[in-house]
Amino acid sequence: MRTSTAARAGQYVALLAYLVFLAFPFLWLISTAFKPPRELGSLHPTWIPEHPTLDNFRQAFDEQPLLHAALNSLLAAVGAAVIAVLIATPTAYVMARYRGRFAKAATGWVVVSQAFPFVLLIIPLFLVLKNLRLINSVPGLVMVYVVWSLPFALWMLAGYVRAVPAELEEAAAVDGAGRLRILVSVTAPLLAPGIVATALFAFVTAWNEFFFALVLLKTPEKQTLPVILTHFIGAEGVADLGPLAAAAFLATLPSLLVFALIQRRITGGMLAGAVKS
Amino acid sequence: MRTRTVTLLTALVLLLAGCSAGGDETDDGRITLRFQSLAWQDESVRVNRELVREWNATHPDVRVEYVQGSWDSVHDQLLTSFEGGEAPDIIHDASDDLADFAHGGYLADLTDLLPGRLKSDIPQRTWETAAFGDGVYGVPFLQEPRVLIANATLLERSGVRIPTPEHPWTWAEFRQVTKRLSGDGRYGVAWPLKEPVSATLNLSLSAGGELFHRGADGRVTVRFEEGDRVVPRTIHDQVNTDRSASSTTLGSGGSDTLPGFFAGKYAMVPLGFSYRQQIEQQAPEGFDWRVLPAPAGADGLAQGVSPQTLSIAEDTPHKKEAAAFLDFLLQPGNMVRLALGDWMLPTGEQALKDPALHTAERGWATGTALAAHLRPAPAQSVRGYAEWKDKVATPALQEYYSGAIGLDELRERLEEDGNLVLARYQR
Repeated sequence: MRTSTAARAGQYVALLAYLVFLAFPFLWLISTAFKPPRELGSLHPTWIPEHPTLDNFRQAFDEQPLLHAALNSLLAAVGAAVIAVLIATPTAYVMARYRGRFAKAATGWVVVSQAFPFVLLIIPLFLVLKNLRLINSVPGLVMVYVVWSLPFALWMLAGYVRAVPAELEEAAAVDGAGRLRILVSVTAPLLAPGIVATALFAFVTAWNEFFFALVLLKTPEKQTLPVILTHFIGAEGVADLGPLAAAAFLATLPSLLVFALIQRRITGGMLAGAVKS
Repeated sequence: MRTRTVTLLTALVLLLAGCSAGGDETDDGRITLRFQSLAWQDESVRVNRELVREWNATHPDVRVEYVQGSWDSVHDQLLTSFEGGEAPDIIHDASDDLADFAHGGYLADLTDLLPGRLKSDIPQRTWETAAFGDGVYGVPFLQEPRVLIANATLLERSGVRIPTPEHPWTWAEFRQVTKRLSGDGRYGVAWPLKEPVSATLNLSLSAGGELFHRGADGRVTVRFEEGDRVVPRTIHDQVNTDRSASSTTLGSGGSDTLPGFFAGKYAMVPLGFSYRQQIEQQAPEGFDWRVLPAPAGADGLAQGVSPQTLSIAEDTPHKKEAAAFLDFLLQPGNMVRLALGDWMLPTGEQALKDPALHTAERGWATGTALAAHLRPAPAQSVRGYAEWKDKVATPALQEYYSGAIGLDELRERLEEDGNLVLARYQR
């Protein structure tokens, strides 16, 4: 069935509208970051700043330790992503391939754990980490992020494992490969897009996380970017809008960069033609 | 490839380990106090940091570490810190946030810790904002009245009488003035009432409104009497009868009204005194604005405030040293520096005499003249106030201001629904 030109055009218009909808807040953030205070107070704001300025960036860097906070965020996010993937990959494999009572219980637990509001967890978590002397430390925060992102990471990776045809593993077994060999040489490469997507999920979750970081990190030299960003907001929600937008814009860049670097890995198609059906 | 991965992981673990060293104690026996400040504006942060530096330069044995907090999340952050025994030693907050912490035993009673100089410098009515039960749990040091920020050009062109703290407008006169200033797509006033309860209650003190009445048995009940009705009725009539107040700003925060104010769409905006900083920064070139006192009622210019406070954590073993730091921070000259940095008023009477706070420029003199009329916000010591505010008063006032319900239904909801809520806290 061929799509008519009009229908195709309609699809592109819808896609464009959707992209604009998604991009609007980010574009507005960029626009705000480069506006001087007078333009921020205008009743008829413009997309392109009339008198673009870097003062907001200068002020943001002068007022808050953004670079140091970014380094803390990076350590927490990379640490959480790496550890979450290391734990989730073998666990998800077991959950997907061995449909025993344990796998069912584990899947149920993963689903239920998604329903816990984090405000319920914060005080017990705080006390546990305090006893472990991990309050006000990035490793403590990494532990929390790993625990926090693990259920969804497991859920996500188990889906990817199920999509890898069992026939491929059986074929390798027929050729004489052992269990470990099959996992390392056959399954793991085919899971690469899933692993990358899971790592990205864990990274972005940790990078953007605010509340745990706020409660668990005490001193300025340990604080992460989302916590530092709130320092541009005053009583009654009054914000220092220009520097806030400048700092928030900079804070979004690493996520975008990581995504741009590894997005090719996420694209499917690696399994195309692997099995004749 | 495998070697590279192992190297990367090792580097990560080492980096994380490097970040874990911490703690407030120094090895050489010096005391280190953590001072969590909520200062957020450029000037204010600078002044706070300067003062900490000055203290550290002259007190080598008691080092103060400046920790930046955030107004946005201070309550939750402090609550968990107190529960976990990790709270800062010196805590910056606002008096209306202290009640739970004071009742919970997390804050030190400052009654015997503070020097006589500081106690006598701050008026008794201001100390009351931080007094809970028999103790005082914070030093109120900065406060701001709600004022009218007016477009001076429109005001002068209209020919209305310009009010002063000595001769303010009455609420009835204010209503007439906003009518005169309206027309041609312009409103006389824009009420930013995203948080309608505190604005209404605080301004209602001017008309004698108290709303919360404490009986002989100590129980508090809500009674919506004539004095409580003046301010809500004025706002309601401006929005719904005179059309001299914009209905679209009723759900807005103060900052949201500024673009319309700068564009001449609103002739006046009732805002906190510190908003002048934003106005100074964002107003278009040549925009002429001035600060007017809020209207007066039967009780004159009285209005409620919840000052910013400095408290000491009950858990700190160094209360005396922390109190000495507060004494230093709140010396009259330093209090003035803090006030100027935050565009607010100091609470200390010595500081209030400083010439910098009596200049007509940027409305400082008008604000300073209002300092004597500021009272504790009516509800801040009432237990159950937060729930009453969120579940009863906020929706009821929003509906009343938008014209959805009348004054009788407002009274019924504030009193009947409100007293049910308060009763649960007073069993």
